[in-house]
Amino acid sequence: MAELTADRTTEVMTVNIGPHHPATHGVLRLVVDLEGEVVRDLEPVIGYVHTGIEKSCENHPYWKVIPFVERMDYLSYFFQMEAYCGAVERLIELEIPPRAKYLRTIFLELNRIHSHLVWLGTTGLDLGAISMLWYCFRERDKILDLFEMAAGQRMHTRYFQVGGVIEDIPLGFEKKLREFIADMPVRVAQYEALLDRNEIFLSRTKNVGIVSRERLLELGVTGPLLRAAGEPWDLRKAFDYLSYSDFDFKIPVGTVGDNYDRYRVRLAEMVESTRIVEQALDGLPEGPHIADDRKYVLPPRSELPVSMEALIHHFKLVTEGYRVGPGEVYYAIESPRGELGCFVLADGSSKPARVHFRDPSFVNLQAFRDMSVGSYIADMIASLGMLDPILGGVDR
Amino acid sequence: MPDAPGLELIRGEIEQDHPGAVLDTGFAQERAVLVVDSAQVLPVLRWLRDSPGHEYRFLSSLHAADYLPASPRFAIHYELLNRDRVERLRVKALLADPSSAGGATEALPEVDSCVELFPTADFQEREVFDFFGIVFRGHPDLTRILLPEDYVGWPQRRDFPVGGEPVTFTHSERRYG
Repeated sequence: MAELTADRTTEVMTVNIGPHHPATHGVLRLVVDLEGEVVRDLEPVIGYVHTGIEKSCENHPYWKVIPFVERMDYLSYFFQMEAYCGAVERLIELEIPPRAKYLRTIFLELNRIHSHLVWLGTTGLDLGAISMLWYCFRERDKILDLFEMAAGQRMHTRYFQVGGVIEDIPLGFEKKLREFIADMPVRVAQYEALLDRNEIFLSRTKNVGIVSRERLLELGVTGPLLRAAGEPWDLRKAFDYLSYSDFDFKIPVGTVGDNYDRYRVRLAEMVESTRIVEQALDGLPEGPHIADDRKYVLPPRSELPVSMEALIHHFKLVTEGYRVGPGEVYYAIESPRGELGCFVLADGSSKPARVHFRDPSFVNLQAFRDMSVGSYIADMIASLGMLDPILGGVDR
Repeated sequence: MPDAPGLELIRGEIEQDHPGAVLDTGFAQERAVLVVDSAQVLPVLRWLRDSPGHEYRFLSSLHAADYLPASPRFAIHYELLNRDRVERLRVKALLADPSSAGGATEALPEVDSCVELFPTADFQEREVFDFFGIVFRGHPDLTRILLPEDYVGWPQRRDFPVGGEPVTFTHSERRYG
């Protein structure tokens, strides 16, 4: 809290920041009440990239919804897919094969590293550590190469399907992934070497933007922000989904809950994610990569010219899509930003009656006022970077 | 999450303090559901949050769904979570549509806001209001959050049509001018 002396002006000025501003990490508008350089009040104004995805989902068969939901939070598309596909799988009570679970885990954790890398690069940029952006994007590109190798797309891959994943990993993928696994902890150590002894970075992040653990929980904040405040809450450990219970990994937590802790927690999470990927790759079970239930899953391409039944199934699935019996489900997973929940309401037709995403960025953004009020405007920008909101996910 | 007998115990205990508050209980997709009267949702949520032995102190998500043509038409879902016991419990408040019951066509369904109990509900209740036109009584700032302030209609309702605004391209210049 900065104290103002009497001789300085005490006039409160309302300043508009954004919606188009490089430091707002997307199309976010901030209405800030400033007293000198000190933030006295703040209100985030959102909705500039609202595209009505949830409404669009109601007009498409279940399998065509997957590309829509991927485009909400555009940095963690695998997580959006997993939340949605997992919810539908729970509705139709379809068990996915173990290999698919492992493959999904590998890609989710690669996506987590990718998301944190973009966060580290852009937040470093905000704080004046410009070279961080280039180093982080260099590693991010390797992850995108891996995505491209397996799915054919670098972003918005549509790799997860209801029932498993669309294709098995190709030849040569494992070798490339192992190179990445060996490389990544070294790179993280290099980032630490660049930032952890950087006087400017330390003074800009330490003891800035502290919000108590109790307040964060009241505000519904989850993910690295909550863990940085010392609460070891991670849905990967708490709930049993995919194959996370098979792996040995730690949940990094902070102590103070300032911006420095948030940075440390995310960096440690990258290393832990690398460990999960390695264990999943070592223990990758043999077997099918997608469930063998022709009512929900496309038959293999090779069967189409020889099997009439396969052709009929293929035709039915592609034209009308499968029907899902009435029911509703809320399925939550741990995304790079916290609890990502997907609520799907089925009414018995081949289109969902409601698809709702509980986006962690949207909920976490409520904590931004508490993080910033009373600090300098420059620290507000740093706090926003550390909050890591993805406006595509906030506005949906 | 509480099992079926546990859910009935919760129901019985709530019924003692708030008779008629719980309309139904359910078990769907391994999730315990407590269907409550929308007039008494606040006391039930407070009870679930504060009474010893239950303490669902974390509200994971608050969202709404439109069950058209069912009646009552709307439901608000409160996804409660007890982090110590790792238990989830869904509270569902059913809401009738006042405009279909012979009331004014502009009448909006109303429910008490739970922002006082769970500050995290602030944005999420605004979102529900924005898309479903459900009014939360006692919300500190109930305005549209994602749509423009001057937007007309409640787009996530099932009877809201999906349309598009005409966009002028070279090939359709004459039609739209």
